[in-house]
Amino acid sequence: MNVHEYQSKAILKSFGVAVPNGSPAFSVDEAVENAKKMFDAGSKVVVVKAQIHAGGRGKAGGVKLAKSLDEVKTYAAELLGKILVTHQTGAEGKKVNRLLIEEGSNIKKEYYLSFVIDRSTARAVMMGSAEGGVEIEKVAAETPEKIFKEVIDPAVGLMPFQAQRMAYAIGFPAAAIRKASALMMKLYAAFVAKDCSLAEINPLVVTQEDDVIALDAKLNFDDSALFRHPEIEELRDETEEDPKERRAAKAGLSYVNLGGNVACMVNGAGLAMATVDIIKFYGGEPANFLDVGGDSTPEKIAEAFQIMLDGGQAKGIYVNIFGGINKCDLVSEGIIEAAKIISTDGKSLPVPVVVRLEGTNVERGRQILQDSPIANVIMAKTMESGAEEIVRLVKEGNQ
Amino acid sequence: MSILINKDTKAIVQGITGKAATFHTKQMLAYGTKIVAGVTPGKAGQTVEGVPVFNTVKDAVDATGATASVIYVPARFAADSIMEAIDAELDLVVCITEHIPVEDMVKVRRYMEGKKTRLVGPNCPGVLTSDEAKLGIIPGYIHRKGHVGVISRSGTLTYEATFQLTNAGIGQTTAIGIGGDPVKGTDFIDALQLFKDDPETLAVLMIGEIGGTAEEDAARWIKENMPNKPVAAFIAGRQAPPGKRMGHAGAIISGGKGTAADKIKALNAVGIEVADTVAHIGDTVVETLKRAGIYEKCHTC
Repeated sequence: MNVHEYQSKAILKSFGVAVPNGSPAFSVDEAVENAKKMFDAGSKVVVVKAQIHAGGRGKAGGVKLAKSLDEVKTYAAELLGKILVTHQTGAEGKKVNRLLIEEGSNIKKEYYLSFVIDRSTARAVMMGSAEGGVEIEKVAAETPEKIFKEVIDPAVGLMPFQAQRMAYAIGFPAAAIRKASALMMKLYAAFVAKDCSLAEINPLVVTQEDDVIALDAKLNFDDSALFRHPEIEELRDETEEDPKERRAAKAGLSYVNLGGNVACMVNGAGLAMATVDIIKFYGGEPANFLDVGGDSTPEKIAEAFQIMLDGGQAKGIYVNIFGGINKCDLVSEGIIEAAKIISTDGKSLPVPVVVRLEGTNVERGRQILQDSPIANVIMAKTMESGAEEIVRLVKEGNQ
Repeated sequence: MSILINKDTKAIVQGITGKAATFHTKQMLAYGTKIVAGVTPGKAGQTVEGVPVFNTVKDAVDATGATASVIYVPARFAADSIMEAIDAELDLVVCITEHIPVEDMVKVRRYMEGKKTRLVGPNCPGVLTSDEAKLGIIPGYIHRKGHVGVISRSGTLTYEATFQLTNAGIGQTTAIGIGGDPVKGTDFIDALQLFKDDPETLAVLMIGEIGGTAEEDAARWIKENMPNKPVAAFIAGRQAPPGKRMGHAGAIISGGKGTAADKIKALNAVGIEVADTVAHIGDTVVETLKRAGIYEKCHTC
């Protein structure tokens, strides 16, 4: 799960990590009000930052420096409601609904700092670089020697000597070494306490006053651990999520919108990924990834169909089921019951549905679909022919 | 021969009184697996499918001499159950449970250091040795005895691939689902090492997916360590967009790492053929066996 920068900073602040003074704003008036307090308190520059769940906001024009209340007003009005397109949002961009109004900092130098879970060592790793404020993927690809790592033993946690070694390695000035290593210790504490999958500060800055401040902050949280963090769940911004993905999550379905028009419903995440791939292989544009799970009720299958069809996205649906423990005949009954829920006359589905069944009770499952009065349901002989067929039907339907 | 389990392996079921565990205990017994005990705290003295239940793993092991365990405990308690099984010095622990917090698994992996237990999973379908035994949820009827080892990060894809192998007349030694989580007990290289050391296994099918670099690491390992056993592969997720989690916790392309294209390239670079679609996994294995001149030997069913 992702949260906004201002939410990440509030969490980090509660762990003692130094962040700029700031507060969120949902309207131009609120932005001006927040900024006024900062100017009144002596700030020379106030930063207006668009809050969306994507990086690269600065380059995309989503971060503005304002020297007066008028400028704050202009920038806030410009950014709120704007569609921001960054290298992480995709071409469709993301709408800005929230701003962060923040005191400007006297930046002397920028660094990069993050904590992630490393799969190969099965441990948290701290990564740091003197190349702050730029895309770390680029640094990793072009100059990997400029990224330093400290592997953390979970039995003792990040040790002070490791934090200091990192601070020296990436070249913090002498006057800031202790502040930098202290910040690393606090960031690690937050990373562990909140079950983060990523804690990234880019840039981490040293100011002219030799203070060390997290100028940006990005926290991602382990979805599997949210049960013990209701306070994180509360930060969820549903407007940042694809409405279909949100609806699917509520129904207990694992769904990712891929934007195309050939939908699929599959049991098992691996087979679901592979089904998306085979649709593309035969020239179709996959609409989604959808793992319906092994124990699907007709209601769940009906909800899955409705999500795929919603907004006219799916022009055809490929149902690809391998009945292992779950049985094909029950899946077939589920599809028929789902069709009854969806269709107005109980006899037809709005788009062609190609069904490939294999595995436990496959003969009975096929028979149930063949005997059903529902038009538009086509049995596939093999997985391959089913994929070809659904792609062909969708193309024909579009002509 | 086979790897990890056989008809003589004595196993316990942790969380045996749960609905799914009870169902699968019956299935495992029907396949011939020696399930000798179950564990659910507070339920000692009961029986499930004729299997006696104990309060702790230690009690179950002391009473039965079990050497393996399969875990169906809910996610928030599962890491503790794994550590309890490690503490009881079992040889093998298979954890089926999905959605265990990653941080819990980091602790489990630390706890395992210096101990004898091998963990398979979590978030996996388990392990099945053809015609002998199974721990987990893999449907037994699709498997036939033979000479191909199967390693997979995904459940249903394992069944799909095994089904294609069996239909092509290619039997299997052991199928091992290593699981879809980012932090797990057994990775491709560990499983490959086991198959390398198994004289019955003549070839291996590897089923990977996006996320991490375990397939790339395995490709390098195979080139250096296993030149005499041919490997065929499939990678799911060619169309997965970056930054999106595709069902499995570990199936995510992040920071430009973990794409299907990179994995396929790494495997091809060491001479491993990768099936172009999921429908061609069986065909790809057959071609690989024929090229290696062991197709006849592997055509066992």
